[in-house]
Amino acid sequence: MTTMLHTHLFSDMPESKQLNFQDPASPMMEQIIMLHDYTMFILMTILTFIMWMLMKTTTRMMYWRNMNENTKLEMMWTMLPAIMLTTIAYPSLKLLYATDESMEPELTIKSMGNQWYWSYEYSDYENKKMEFASYMMPTEELKMGDNRLLEVDNRLMIPMNTNMRMLITAADVLHSFTMPSLGMKADAMPGRLNQVNFLTSRPGMFYGQCSELCGTNHSFMPMVMESTNLKNYSYFIHTET
Amino acid sequence: MADERLEKLAEQLEQPLVIQTPGFDARFPNTNQSKNCWQNFVDFQKCVKLKGEDYVPCQYFKRTYESLCPNIWVEKWQDQLEKGVFPGLKERKAHH
Ligand SMILES: [Cu+2]
Repeated sequence: MTTMLHTHLFSDMPESKQLNFQDPASPMMEQIIMLHDYTMFILMTILTFIMWMLMKTTTRMMYWRNMNENTKLEMMWTMLPAIMLTTIAYPSLKLLYATDESMEPELTIKSMGNQWYWSYEYSDYENKKMEFASYMMPTEELKMGDNRLLEVDNRLMIPMNTNMRMLITAADVLHSFTMPSLGMKADAMPGRLNQVNFLTSRPGMFYGQCSELCGTNHSFMPMVMESTNLKNYSYFIHTET
Repeated sequence: MADERLEKLAEQLEQPLVIQTPGFDARFPNTNQSKNCWQNFVDFQKCVKLKGEDYVPCQYFKRTYESLCPNIWVEKWQDQLEKGVFPGLKERKAHH
């Protein structure tokens, strides 16, 4: 029941006919959505203006003879788009570099893509090193309220409001670790350790799916991240074998 | 029986979880952290070779590589160490 509440109050998983983002669960995803909305606003304004101009000129309702060989006008419609593009490029680049910025991490989790499941390693605790595989739940074993093709047997547990470092690699072929509600995606490559930093700002269960074509069961290796408070997290660490 | 287990668990939960992980290393500012993992593994082997198993400061390298390296990488390297084919500890010959 709590699972159902958690997963359906917020939209933390892909839904059918979905047109927009999932609800953000990290400051980075909030910023990404803000940039998207801002860019969308400029885009729609330009589109409306251009459509209006096109209609007016093609229906010959507007004809301005000064439009021919008008240097000032040509300079304007070169400079204005350039300025507009800059106002989009600047926040976009700023955000791009911000996502790469590594904060001082408090917890490291390793995640390994395998054909076709993810496995996770917690190795920060001296007396407790953990390693487990996380397989998709087959449809027959789903309970009421579970998400088909998204649920796994062992979830990745993380404490919320904690600076996390995730190291992503693969054991066989390319995979990609994705968590849309955190604005996070990184390729998993054999022999390479990719680092991503993230922070979840609320509790919840976040769903992602392998994002690099990796073979027959590529569609059936989802990742589920459960963000919870430190108390529940330490309970998980102590009880998991 | 269940009570016993709960009591044990409560006891464990009393002990605070030590939140500790390798910090940012300016030598490895990139997304790719494989070199970070590798260097700490090699440094630990060198440290032990130089100062012996009981030299506590060596444990710093061990904690770091354990946190950063995927377990199967470490297993593979330890295997190579046992067979004497680990490439990280080979002395470089000076050329004149
Ligand atoms: Cu995959």
